[in-house]
Amino acid sequence: MEAAINALPYLMQGLVTTLYIFGVAIIIGFIIGLVVALMRLTHIKPLQWIAKIYVNIIRGTPLLVQIFFIYFGLNSLSFMSLDREVAGIITIALNAGAYLSENIRAGIQSIDKGQTEASRSLGFSGVQTMRFIILPQALRRMLPTFTNQAIITLKDTSLLSVIGIADLTQRGEVQASATFESFAMWTTVGIIYFIVIYILTLLSNFIERRFKLR
Amino acid sequence: MSIVQVKNLKKHYGQMEVLKDISVEIAEKEVVCVIGPSGSGKSTFLRCLNRLEEITSGTILVNGHEMTDNNSDINKFRQEVGMVFQQFNLFPHKTVLQNVILAPIKLKGKSKSEAETLGMTLLEKVGLKEKANSYPSELSGGQQQRVAIARALAMEPKIMLFDEPTSALDPEMVGDVLNVMKELANEGMTMVIVTHEMGFARDVCDRVIFMDGGYIVEEGDPKDVFTNPKHERTRSFLSKVLSS
Repeated sequence: MEAAINALPYLMQGLVTTLYIFGVAIIIGFIIGLVVALMRLTHIKPLQWIAKIYVNIIRGTPLLVQIFFIYFGLNSLSFMSLDREVAGIITIALNAGAYLSENIRAGIQSIDKGQTEASRSLGFSGVQTMRFIILPQALRRMLPTFTNQAIITLKDTSLLSVIGIADLTQRGEVQASATFESFAMWTTVGIIYFIVIYILTLLSNFIERRFKLR
Repeated sequence: MSIVQVKNLKKHYGQMEVLKDISVEIAEKEVVCVIGPSGSGKSTFLRCLNRLEEITSGTILVNGHEMTDNNSDINKFRQEVGMVFQQFNLFPHKTVLQNVILAPIKLKGKSKSEAETLGMTLLEKVGLKEKANSYPSELSGGQQQRVAIARALAMEPKIMLFDEPTSALDPEMVGDVLNVMKELANEGMTMVIVTHEMGFARDVCDRVIFMDGGYIVEEGDPKDVFTNPKHERTRSFLSKVLSS
């Protein structure tokens, strides 16, 4: 147990890296998700196809393979040179974006058609209707699924330890093998993840209550 | 001078012909009620007037604008045509006042205070000034529908379309909504109203149009149509709805 307590400052640095990568990736992922969802909902066929292909590729391949592909695969091409954190953020963002796009699309489609008709009949354009009427409602409605995806994404960042990013998991591994206190160390790492995710859940519940769709 | 001119309007859904050759003119300040059995095409007809439905053929001139012209700015035209729906369709994420002032601010460039003054005047007119800061879900159906009327009026339309505005309401709420509409009619608003309220159609409308099977079967002064219908179909429809 003492080894775990001694390792805490070192592990906390890993947590900072984890949270940093998670924070940047989930924001980028959300923007990707929004754009891709809107692409799916346009009437422009090529945009729909691109969006569909993207979502299917991400959903149809393991995240670990995606991480290897972007960090090792792309970097093996002579013209590419991504450092590991950039590669990690890109992969996590692309992954979260694909899943979020499906959630956002479902959220948009769940809004009653009458909302669009009321808005259009007032003279709002299709784009204005999306921006002022549909999206604000859809995003409120999808907050619980967004939280769910955020939690999954936060946990997914632990896979980035395989490309040598010094996140919480990777630092746990280092400490476990250095101290031979595997049980204590992985328990500690698990508890840290659990606490962070629990706080995230509370935060989400709070936001949900504040922005409840009346 | 007619504000609405519909010529040879046809509308198909695939093989099904919903509107078969409708021609009608509506004068400025006229209040027209459209009645008929369900499935007669009356709501579809109304929705064609502001192009919520794409038409198959024919021409629709509203306020001098060809609504079916793909090269023109339909959003601009729609600003002059207010619409009230059966299901109210208020924006649930906005307060009553925000519902009313959103379009004038975003589309007409009104300042917030200017729009709020207008919004409060309209809410007072429909008797809901004290509900300005409530959310739609906190209102009864009748109150929501009156807000929906205020929201449409906030764009200062030249004509108002009502698509069965009282059909989704509890009976005791219907009167309040009809009173607001009656007042609007008295002020000289041009109105086209699809309704099942025969009493309202008889008392308030200048003209009643009876539709069945995608055609206008009969139209005229409500007193004539209600007391002395010319067509058998009108007669049987009226006997059914008036006896109940």
